[in-house]
Amino acid sequence: MIDVTIKKSFGSFNLDARFESHGDVTALYGVSGAGKTSIVNAIAGLSRPDAGHITVGDAALYDSERPIFQPPERRGIGYVFQEDRLFPHMTVRRNLLYGSRRAGGHSEGLDLETVITLLGIDHLLDRLPHRLSGGEKQRVAIGRAVLSRPRLLLMDEPLANLDTARRDEILPFLQKTCSDLAVPIVYVSHAIDEITRLADTLVVLDKGKTLAVGPVSEITARLDLGPLVDRRDAGTILDGKIAAHDSTYQLTTVSFQGGLLLIPTIDGAVGDHLRLRIQARDIAIATTTPDNISTLNCLGGTITQVGEPRQAHQDIQIDVGIPILARVTRRSAMELGLEPGREITALIKSVAVERAAMP
Amino acid sequence: MLTPLEIEIISLSLRVAIWAVLFGLPLAIAAAWVLARTRFPGKALVDGALHLPLVVPPVIVGFTLLVLFGRQGAIGSVLHDWIGFSFAFDWKGAALASGVMAFPLMVRAIRLSIEAIDQRIETAARTLGATRLRVFATITLPLALPGILSGTVLAFARSLGEFGATITFVSNIPGETRTLPLAVFSLMQVPGADEAILRLVLVSIVIALAALVLSEALSRRVTARIRGAAQ
Repeated sequence: MIDVTIKKSFGSFNLDARFESHGDVTALYGVSGAGKTSIVNAIAGLSRPDAGHITVGDAALYDSERPIFQPPERRGIGYVFQEDRLFPHMTVRRNLLYGSRRAGGHSEGLDLETVITLLGIDHLLDRLPHRLSGGEKQRVAIGRAVLSRPRLLLMDEPLANLDTARRDEILPFLQKTCSDLAVPIVYVSHAIDEITRLADTLVVLDKGKTLAVGPVSEITARLDLGPLVDRRDAGTILDGKIAAHDSTYQLTTVSFQGGLLLIPTIDGAVGDHLRLRIQARDIAIATTTPDNISTLNCLGGTITQVGEPRQAHQDIQIDVGIPILARVTRRSAMELGLEPGREITALIKSVAVERAAMP
Repeated sequence: MLTPLEIEIISLSLRVAIWAVLFGLPLAIAAAWVLARTRFPGKALVDGALHLPLVVPPVIVGFTLLVLFGRQGAIGSVLHDWIGFSFAFDWKGAALASGVMAFPLMVRAIRLSIEAIDQRIETAARTLGATRLRVFATITLPLALPGILSGTVLAFARSLGEFGATITFVSNIPGETRTLPLAVFSLMQVPGADEAILRLVLVSIVIALAALVLSEALSRRVTARIRGAAQ
């Protein structure tokens, strides 16, 4: 459990953030300047807020009332920075082990062998950091933070300084780390695809304030959060389970709160959890139940909200059991009379697997 | 090859310079760290005071040392009465004078290399559970090593050449305070000692050169080891 309430003024910028999360991976999302890094720095003890409190699990790290301010070295907070910040005079092995001598540690953590295998860095152990590529450095930095056996792991846009190829190289490692490590993670990013792949709980920040806190699937389907729905790739996250495999047609049935979805067959056993993502522009809306169409996934639902028109398009929130977002043209919305309360059918043209099936 | 007198002069000079550097180094590292990493009122004044030996005439430094550390001096008398320790008119005084004169050079070189260290790396170490002291010992100190080395060599060379403050503070006593420069100066008062002077001049050059070459080799090895930091 993470409980953060922070007030701090930086001249003209005022940070006034408040959130609580029970998730394994909590994402802090917002444009640059929204206050994301200020929040993680306060959690790590690198800056002192003007007021508020920070609690991780049962440990009070900061409380302006009592008052408590634990120094960074006593907090047990692992921190993966935007830059790798490796120690240039130490080999990869010594870098990895630097934090691991912390007596006892604040969590079980993972041992050196596991981390080396997980991050694929066994061939780098005796090298100095300047002989590593950007992606390798960041993997070592992640391993170093994990090995300090923290009670919480902070990741401040760990992929922001890498090119797309390096980013795609690290994301799977990150995903494995997040799922293997029994330690909560706070992940800062302004890349929604990283968040939808990694996070359970989403905290949306804007101008130093928390706009919304909640499960990723719920928050991404909201229409009132400007920065999230303005994007071209706006869409909905669905957490579901594999319900059946169909070997004849090579299809897998996934059940989620809104019903069943058919997707091209994937690996995984029946009952495994996975995360799907449907782009808003991949959903068409029909006001009558269509027959004789090729679309496999048709979900009945009720329009709950109609977003502000944006150029030629308009976003529609549909409740199919859970809210999902569809993006249609303004003309269609007008001609079909799409309004809240209207019963419609959502035709889903494509579904992406965001997080592979796991038991 | 060398006469016994020459050997005595050289070994005295080396002893004075080595002790001057040995005692000065920890203080210089501490001063350099404070100047590089802390802010406090009056810092400019402290900084200036530390640099004074570089800019005032050496004879002034020697005279000040005499006033402070002489037998009757404010500090010297206390040291003498309490623990029977005295700088006056022996090689320890020469080492003190050399150390004081070389101190700013050492502080300068070390301070520059501490300032060149990326503090974000030190911050990362603290999030990994390292106390300020451990950060200093495992991150700051090793990364400042090139500056510490060059500062040490510079100070060593400066100590070997110290003249004005030494002769003012502890005079020119053969076998006690007559270091290389003082010996050359003394020989110049004697007619027909040109050859003896020339030999001491050569010895000075050889020692200074050896120190420079050694430090160059050492610092190349150290820098290669932490090349990542320099970039």
